[in-house]
Amino acid sequence: MRLEKRQHSSPWALVLAPIGAVAFTLLVSALLVRWAGAPVGQTYALLLQGAYGSVFALSETLTRAIPLMLTGLAATVAFKARLFNIGAEGQLYVGALAAVAVGGMHDGTGLPLPPMLLFVLMMLSAALAGALLLLGPALMKARLGVDEVVTTLLLNFIVLLLVSLMLDGPMKDPTAMGWPQSVALMGELELTKLIPQTRVHTGLLLALSLAVALWALMKFTVLGFDIRALGANPRAAAFSGVPVTRTMVAVALLSGALAGLAGAIEVAGRTSYLTLDMSPGYGYSGIVIAMLAALHPLAVVVASVFVAGMLVGADSMSRAVGVPTFIADVIVAASLISVLVATLLTQYRVRWK
Amino acid sequence: MTDRVLSLSNISKRFGNLVANDAITLDLQAGEILALLGENGAGKSTLVSILFGHYTADAGSITVFGKPLAAGDPKAALAAGIGMVHQHFTLADNLSVLDNVMMGSESLWQVHTRRAAARDKLAQVAQRFGLTVDADALVAKLSVGERQRVEILKALYRGVRILILDEPTAVLTPQESESLFAVLAHMVAQGLSIIFISHKLAEVLRVSDRVAVLRAGKLVAQADARNTTQAQLAQWMVGHEVSPPQRRPSQRTGQAVCVLHQVSTAPARERLNGVSLTLHSGEIVAIAGISGNGQAALAEVLCGTRRIAAGRVELMGQPLPHAPSQLVALGVARIPEDRHDVGLVGDLPVWENAVSERLRSPVFSRAFWVKRRAAQAYAKAVIARFDVRGGGPATPARSLSGGNMQKLVLGRALMHPASLVDTETHAFTPKLIVAHQPTWGLDIGAVAYVQAQLIAARDAGAAVLLISDDLDEVLTLGDRVAVMHGGHLGQAKPALDWSRESIGLAMAGAQDVAHAT
Repeated sequence: MRLEKRQHSSPWALVLAPIGAVAFTLLVSALLVRWAGAPVGQTYALLLQGAYGSVFALSETLTRAIPLMLTGLAATVAFKARLFNIGAEGQLYVGALAAVAVGGMHDGTGLPLPPMLLFVLMMLSAALAGALLLLGPALMKARLGVDEVVTTLLLNFIVLLLVSLMLDGPMKDPTAMGWPQSVALMGELELTKLIPQTRVHTGLLLALSLAVALWALMKFTVLGFDIRALGANPRAAAFSGVPVTRTMVAVALLSGALAGLAGAIEVAGRTSYLTLDMSPGYGYSGIVIAMLAALHPLAVVVASVFVAGMLVGADSMSRAVGVPTFIADVIVAASLISVLVATLLTQYRVRWK
Repeated sequence: MTDRVLSLSNISKRFGNLVANDAITLDLQAGEILALLGENGAGKSTLVSILFGHYTADAGSITVFGKPLAAGDPKAALAAGIGMVHQHFTLADNLSVLDNVMMGSESLWQVHTRRAAARDKLAQVAQRFGLTVDADALVAKLSVGERQRVEILKALYRGVRILILDEPTAVLTPQESESLFAVLAHMVAQGLSIIFISHKLAEVLRVSDRVAVLRAGKLVAQADARNTTQAQLAQWMVGHEVSPPQRRPSQRTGQAVCVLHQVSTAPARERLNGVSLTLHSGEIVAIAGISGNGQAALAEVLCGTRRIAAGRVELMGQPLPHAPSQLVALGVARIPEDRHDVGLVGDLPVWENAVSERLRSPVFSRAFWVKRRAAQAYAKAVIARFDVRGGGPATPARSLSGGNMQKLVLGRALMHPASLVDTETHAFTPKLIVAHQPTWGLDIGAVAYVQAQLIAARDAGAAVLLISDDLDEVLTLGDRVAVMHGGHLGQAKPALDWSRESIGLAMAGAQDVAHAT
């Protein structure tokens, strides 16, 4: 078996590829559901219902989608420039840490600033913390050729240990009965709920506007061109006058800031304090979402609602039919693989000997 | 000579709508050199790739020494005695000649290598075919011609009976080409058969016994090399009569546009070493040399993509700015050697590629925002005026053919956005044109077009630096010609003062000592 490059992608392939990807994902998951001894149709119905079937289900899905959108955007902008930022998880945590440091109730009192100003300051410092965390790896890549996959990935563990240190030390909440959790955010800084009696908060609007802003940036600005050109062909980009190092730095700052904001918004919108298990791997899921969205900022919104829906839906489905929640991970993983394979097949044809 | 060693019958191969090979039937006799002639995209590479098993033909069959050849299997081709020397060598620089020759020919399961036996066999093969190379020399230390000899030895060592050479003279000096031809003659005298791929008419007639001409995937003609002419071959290749490019020397040479004074660059793969050169308005200065002797460094310095370590470069009396966009704003038109990898970003649409060099100018952006309408209008104008075919402004640049890519690169370099409004004056002609291998890999029509554009720009007052591996191009277009070797640039002399022999000697480095001072 071998792959041959297609000179022209046929319109059929472009239509059939996504359909095939969905069908393959459903098929793989169905086999596992059968294996768990549950009826396939009912399981899928419960999964969808649990994800999107009611106002409550949808609100839970959207709540889960907010940090995923932001880390998805962080991965999108970085990957577009071929800066493989695997460190969104760490950037999310330093963002959350910075948010709590600025907006937290320390010794019962916060910074003496008006809440509006403090909120802006909190978000900016979270963005800055995330951005600075990625700046080092990006500069080392641009100047010294150090592999950013290694540096950003390893920084995640360093950041987690730093957070652990802070939660057990200076930022520990004295009223938390010894639990390693940070002081809580000042009440005025928390994001308001979009729908009463649910957890979905105004961070959703922030994430959506950032997605649109990133889309516009990539499509309409000189920096957007620089990022796309640098990612597609660095030598040609440099030849045409793209400032390579400066663009790489800008991408790192953008990507890190988006991931840092994810942490701050998660704290301000959902948890109001920081714990070590605040993120169930949002930073890594952001990579999956960016790839599912084919690095398109607006598609990131759709992809994150899909992934969040699978995770939330699997929770409620598993209570009803007893299929483990891991099925959600399988669905997300299978969909990623099948989307990637489908994209490949629109560009290459398979030849059997 | 009726010993048929290889026969291709009715080989067809399509890529989507493109018919790369259309029912090609071709025989190769024992002890002959068959030249496969055709323009880029005529289907030469596809045909050879099918023969060598890199592609599987859609239809047709191959017979080698009377036995059918399994399709799509390079190992079967090797086992059947077919060897190939690619245009870009596949040698490990950090290993010796012997290691390179042995590589891949020994079983993974034997405990130690059999170097002594291999050395004897290599010596035998080398002696039999008159190819002398030091078996212990490091490949990195060899000249290009010697490396090619190692590639050929590698194939002979494996006992090939049919050798395919893909554009073997592209990287050689005229003298090295001659010695290659002598080796080839020696090989066919011993009964080997050779397929010689080329698009250079003169050398095809010089070296081959028989010529097969491909055009647009079809085998259009086969002829005995003794009974045909260059004009006839060119007509078969292109499909209509072509007149060879004519020398059109400069009428008037103006003031100095660009001056390089003792320019050196930091040591790298290629470097400049004390290069001095003055380029005048209204002249074409052509730089000859074997690729890898500093021409790329020279082009990159003038294109703003490489810094100089010593010396100075002046453009219109001012120091040369570093940033490519500043260079373009000052009127430097840049045509890079590699249009796929340096000239264009293949994934981005044609219109973005058309404005990429000038995106930072106020014509195409205001405060970070790209003026999409102005940019697309400019792209359309480039497409129309330079006859870029194969896609509109929104098509990814990658899907253009090589010739059309080059027209796009040429168009954006030569056409000032302001000339959209004012089409009459020459005020927007580039001051300096840096053209590095501008016609490499193009078909005859596109070559003529590019050369005519360069001459027109020169006549309009541009200073043109033409760097080319193609001696014919250098001698036809250059008003003055200089030769690069080992990072040194010889003195630029009027083109008529050079002969092919003297250029060949200079390319081999015979004269650079005399000119270094």
